[in-house]
Amino acid sequence: MSAKRNPARELLFGDLWEYDPAPETAKAFIDERYGLFINGKFVAPKTKKYFDSISPRNEQKLAEIALAGSSDVDAAYQAATTAFKSWSKLPGTERAKYLFRIARLLQDRAREFAVAETLDGGKPIKESRDFDVPMAAAHFFYHAGWADKLDHVTPGRTLAPLGVIGQVIPWNFPLLMLAWKIAPALATGNTVVLKPAETTSITALKFATILQDAGLPPGVVNFVTGAGETGSAVVNHPLAAKIAFTGSTAVGKAIQRALAGTGKRLTLELGGKAANIVFEDAPIDQAVEGIINGIFFNQGHVCCAGSRLLVQESVAAAVLAKLKIRLRSLRTGDPLDKNTDVGAINSKAQLARIQALVAVGVAEGAEIYQADCNLPEKGWYFPPTLFSNVSQSHSIAREEIFGPVLSILTFRTPEEAVEKANNTHYGLSAGVWTDKGSRILKMSTELKAGVVWANSFNKFDPTSPFGGFKESGFGREGGKQGLLDYAQLV
Amino acid sequence: MPIQNPQVLRRFMDEIGTVDQIGIDERVAKYSTRSIKKSSKVFGLKLATTMVDLTTLEGKDTPGKVASLCQKALHPHDDSDIPATAAVCVYPAMVKNAAKWVKGTSVKIASVATAFPSGQAPLKTRLAEVRAAVSDGADEIDMVINRGAFLAGELALVQDEIAAVLEACGDATLKVILETSELETYDNIRAASFLAMRVLRPGDFIKTSTGKTNLNATLGNNQVMLEAIRDYFFATGIEIAMKPAGGIRTAKEALHFLVAVKETLGDAWLTNTRYRFGASALLNDLVRQLVKEKTGAYQAPYSFSESSSAY
Repeated sequence: MSAKRNPARELLFGDLWEYDPAPETAKAFIDERYGLFINGKFVAPKTKKYFDSISPRNEQKLAEIALAGSSDVDAAYQAATTAFKSWSKLPGTERAKYLFRIARLLQDRAREFAVAETLDGGKPIKESRDFDVPMAAAHFFYHAGWADKLDHVTPGRTLAPLGVIGQVIPWNFPLLMLAWKIAPALATGNTVVLKPAETTSITALKFATILQDAGLPPGVVNFVTGAGETGSAVVNHPLAAKIAFTGSTAVGKAIQRALAGTGKRLTLELGGKAANIVFEDAPIDQAVEGIINGIFFNQGHVCCAGSRLLVQESVAAAVLAKLKIRLRSLRTGDPLDKNTDVGAINSKAQLARIQALVAVGVAEGAEIYQADCNLPEKGWYFPPTLFSNVSQSHSIAREEIFGPVLSILTFRTPEEAVEKANNTHYGLSAGVWTDKGSRILKMSTELKAGVVWANSFNKFDPTSPFGGFKESGFGREGGKQGLLDYAQLV
Repeated sequence: MPIQNPQVLRRFMDEIGTVDQIGIDERVAKYSTRSIKKSSKVFGLKLATTMVDLTTLEGKDTPGKVASLCQKALHPHDDSDIPATAAVCVYPAMVKNAAKWVKGTSVKIASVATAFPSGQAPLKTRLAEVRAAVSDGADEIDMVINRGAFLAGELALVQDEIAAVLEACGDATLKVILETSELETYDNIRAASFLAMRVLRPGDFIKTSTGKTNLNATLGNNQVMLEAIRDYFFATGIEIAMKPAGGIRTAKEALHFLVAVKETLGDAWLTNTRYRFGASALLNDLVRQLVKEKTGAYQAPYSFSESSSAY
């Protein structure tokens, strides 16, 4: 079926039947000011300093967040070290009870957390409601199941905890990343000092109240909030047995240098520039849907986003035409509206970075397409963007943009597709779209990526390990493999 | 019938492209999460009302039953703000009775012909049935395709029969029922859609099902057919209309189907010349929701005419 388009044959995606605004009305219950969560209590920071958390949705201040200095971080580590003594000796069945309780309490308050996540981070409410919060709860449920089975993970050996884990997480999935990090750490008997990203601390601090309600012993989980300096204090603290970091490759490299020779364990989950590979026999409409989901999910603020589309030359024109049509019914705007598909860019700085990289793409000669959309006047927004005629040497095909921007390249043979897909510093994820099952299996062995999705994209499950190759990091999160990264075999 | 050429369906699918079931099901799940509120809800409900082919297809249909169906189609409720439906849909034997009530009004007469629902009668008989229905006053003919021939790979036969029925229709609009549950796979539904569309005139319909099997219109098969219509439109410029039928019983479901139309084919298909619902119970739920939007309260089922629901 050729989708060559006669310019006269247009579909009108107009306002004949416009959806009325459908804002989510549930309350987020955000406090005016948050302290640090250390030893089971909210405490004022010793720095006496606070910073504002701004909603990307309308640039309004949501709350004041404590700025943790190195003495605050030290207090958190002391609390975690003390708590480790009894927590690590607790039978697995008892630790499991706490994890189950946390998961259920999070489910009970799912709606409130979804709204808070959307206000704080800018992602569409339908994503925080249908993905982030349920998936965070699922990680606690899953790891609760492991807590009393550590003797059975590896035949003849058992798993012992490492100690206090220092964790630093990014702003793209604040609550979910927290769950990915905390759940396996607690299941294996470790205690935690976690620093959320400075733009998205609120759901972590709300989550602290769930820990209180669950009766989790003081000091088992501690939250210190702040920016880079706080993160550096968390990473470099001598009491840390292991550091788990998710974020940019540059910071990941700095952490790895800082930890060299300290004996601390390290796992890194860093950037990506995933190739989404569409073969000519793929079901085109579903591939287009997968491409859209791959790059515009969470405004493209996804480390495994399918930001490079590799499409076989014979169907390239058809795929591009269909992508453009699909873009026109994608709704960008207020993330709190239940009908919004693409929400707000997380921060002003990130918006500036996306704008700069898109300008470079235009300057380097790639062809840009953006659907008309009425973006809200207040807040940080960027329209979904396609670049066609992109080649491997373009900056937009090499650098991680971390925004709703797709670069489209073409290939002729499977070998060329693999070569182009692997021609990157990163190796976090990839997608393959074809009707031919054997080709999927072959591609998955040749692609240097931690996750390869077949005829789908951005699928996650607590049982499935997630992590990267090359400069996308090392270590796995989720599944049995993720568990082993939080334990030592004895 | 010996299978003449088992590869023919496979080759046809290579030409028109295949469909991934998981992908379709995932896409349509998003339609049900659209939140349609306030004035957009009222617009959607009224639009859906104007798209209903109010249907009675039972062995026990009588002239009296058809008369009350026609009245219901013309005046779904006391409230004159609520529009008439697009058509009534009856068996050929009832067309004359329906004509007495709705001829000359905005409500069209649709009739299921061609040995509905199985289609298992000689072609000559099926064509005679179509001609009889048209001469009795049917404005629209709902035919069933020869599923047996389709599954046996006799694609040309399927297409020739559609062309023959089309000719027998004269000026009447044709709706081609694929009977999706008997074709079973989305790939087959897409293939059958193309077979039909390639002989249809602009404004003729492809339709999901007869309503006589256990699985009728779903958002999934609706989406496969909408995408086929879209691809065919871009390839040829010919605008084919769509009718999901059977199984759509609530206003909420109808709105989800309309969301699919809006987001797949756009504004030009949001009209009853391009999109219809084959339904009976749906109409009262649409009316019930419209009255609720106006008065703020749900009325008991028995306050709506022809309601068979208990309270």
